Amino acid sequence: MVHETLFAQHFWKDSNRTLSYYLENMQGYQSAKKVLKEMKPDQVIEEVKKANLRGRGGAGFPMGMKWSFIPKASEKPKYLVCNADESEPGTCKDRQIMRYTPHVLIEGLLIGSYAIGCKHAYIYIRGEYVREAKLLNEAIDEAYEKGYLGKNIFDSGYDLDITVHRGAGAYICGEETGLLNSLEGKRGEPRVKPPFPAISGAFSCPTAVNNVESIANVPYLIRMGGEAFAQLGKIDKSGGTRLISLSGHIKTPGVYEIQAGSMTIRQIIDELGGGIIGGKKLKAVIPGGSSSPILTADEIDVVYDVEPLMKVGTMMGSAAIMVIHEDTDLVKLLLRITKFYAHESCGQCTPCREGCHWMESILHKILHGEARPTDLELLVDVAQNIGGKTLCALGDAAAGPVISFVKKFRPEFESYIKGQKKYA
Amino acid sequence: MTKLLSEKFYTAMKKLEPRYPTKKALILPALHQAQEEYGWLPKEVLGEVAEYIGVHSAQIREVASFYTMYNLNPVGKNHLKICTNVACCLRGADELMNFAEKKLGIKCGETTADGMFSLTEEECLGACTTAPAMMANDDYIEELDVNKLNQYIEKMKASK
Repeated sequence: MVHETLFAQHFWKDSNRTLSYYLENMQGYQSAKKVLKEMKPDQVIEEVKKANLRGRGGAGFPMGMKWSFIPKASEKPKYLVCNADESEPGTCKDRQIMRYTPHVLIEGLLIGSYAIGCKHAYIYIRGEYVREAKLLNEAIDEAYEKGYLGKNIFDSGYDLDITVHRGAGAYICGEETGLLNSLEGKRGEPRVKPPFPAISGAFSCPTAVNNVESIANVPYLIRMGGEAFAQLGKIDKSGGTRLISLSGHIKTPGVYEIQAGSMTIRQIIDELGGGIIGGKKLKAVIPGGSSSPILTADEIDVVYDVEPLMKVGTMMGSAAIMVIHEDTDLVKLLLRITKFYAHESCGQCTPCREGCHWMESILHKILHGEARPTDLELLVDVAQNIGGKTLCALGDAAAGPVISFVKKFRPEFESYIKGQKKYA
Repeated sequence: MTKLLSEKFYTAMKKLEPRYPTKKALILPALHQAQEEYGWLPKEVLGEVAEYIGVHSAQIREVASFYTMYNLNPVGKNHLKICTNVACCLRGADELMNFAEKKLGIKCGETTADGMFSLTEEECLGACTTAPAMMANDDYIEELDVNKLNQYIEKMKASK
């Protein structure tokens, strides 16, 4: 099937990131010009709502609605913060946008900032993306030079500055309030909500936090119109395209773009990924980053989008599919995932801080043949007592894999406990 | 007291100041800049950053210790950070880590006696579709295998 794509045709070529390429080949800054000259902020938000643009960072929240929560009457400065933390294991799509099409992100920020009344937008980028931060800064400089940023943009009287803010290695800073604390120069610990960022976010001011891909879609949806953008999606309530990070035991791993809801996971693996490496059999799929509950090989005939995945008990998350073949030891893999969450737990909430370490320790015992028969129940019990009992979603992110791995691949855990299988 | 951080640090910070509504927001950029000059963040440097921001040095340490990229202890000239998270794990990251430990004669988390190499395990780097990956100081090296890793280490050894 041929997909209409917005981004992918511009990827993988370094020379495509320049402003001149953007202006010549991608109708660069035309959407922003139209918005600033002809549209009112409310009309922009209406268009985004019509487009059915769901957040691309993980939660899938409708972006137009998020923007409409920013109180217009507030006297305080308002902020648009782009979440470029991209830290969910398996995900590397935003990196490609920043590398190859940075101007589409900048233009999206310009339109979004105008829509919510923001005069200074921040891009919070994960610290490890040193190169991408540099590329973004170069693109921002180009935009200032040509008057697409700065004072009185397109003679509209509207001013905008954009600053790139580097993180320093903390998964939790992908959580929006952790990110905001980090932006303010604090430890990246998530905040108690409410108040939500729309009311009190960055520097205690109304703030919208949106993922890179979400914001980068805005210039397209303005150009084609919200309704046409919505129709790019082949499923209700999900407009546009989706960038998918396809990794693991796959012949051609990569970042692919599909029209939202147009393929099942099986089709993505076979048609885009070229099938499993080494002629092996598929064992399992982690469909939306490492925190999404695992699917067995029999469960992958599901349309790859937010709601169909929710119906089968997992989630699309950041659209990171990790493919796992038959030779993989899932006990070992779950220990690795759990170790990650234990390491990244910020430590504020007891169930997450203690629970993640207990899960790691129990899994370690199981893998090394030191567990008691009751430890598997204990493991699930700990996981169930983390889920829903923490300030942010990290607790649920850690619990989901544990519960789903044990439920769907129980015999693998039992064979270690019974001593039938030894750690190699 | 003589300043440890260079003029370059203070110039870079001055340029950033108008871009944030509070001075505290400059803590992360300041720590990055300071580490770029020093390679790591000794107590005295944290103290000078604190003085610049106008907070107690304990507050700077509180922030710095939260983030894995700030080195609160010295690291080798070449800091190899091998990602061992899910996607890299599925593509042979464990083998790479074992190889690096043997090749460098150190365990993960250690630095070679000559200060040339530090080896650490890294959480997901966001290079999952080009796994396995590692960071060597600020650079990404992707689609790694033992051969490529070996060549890289040899090259760094030769460029003493």
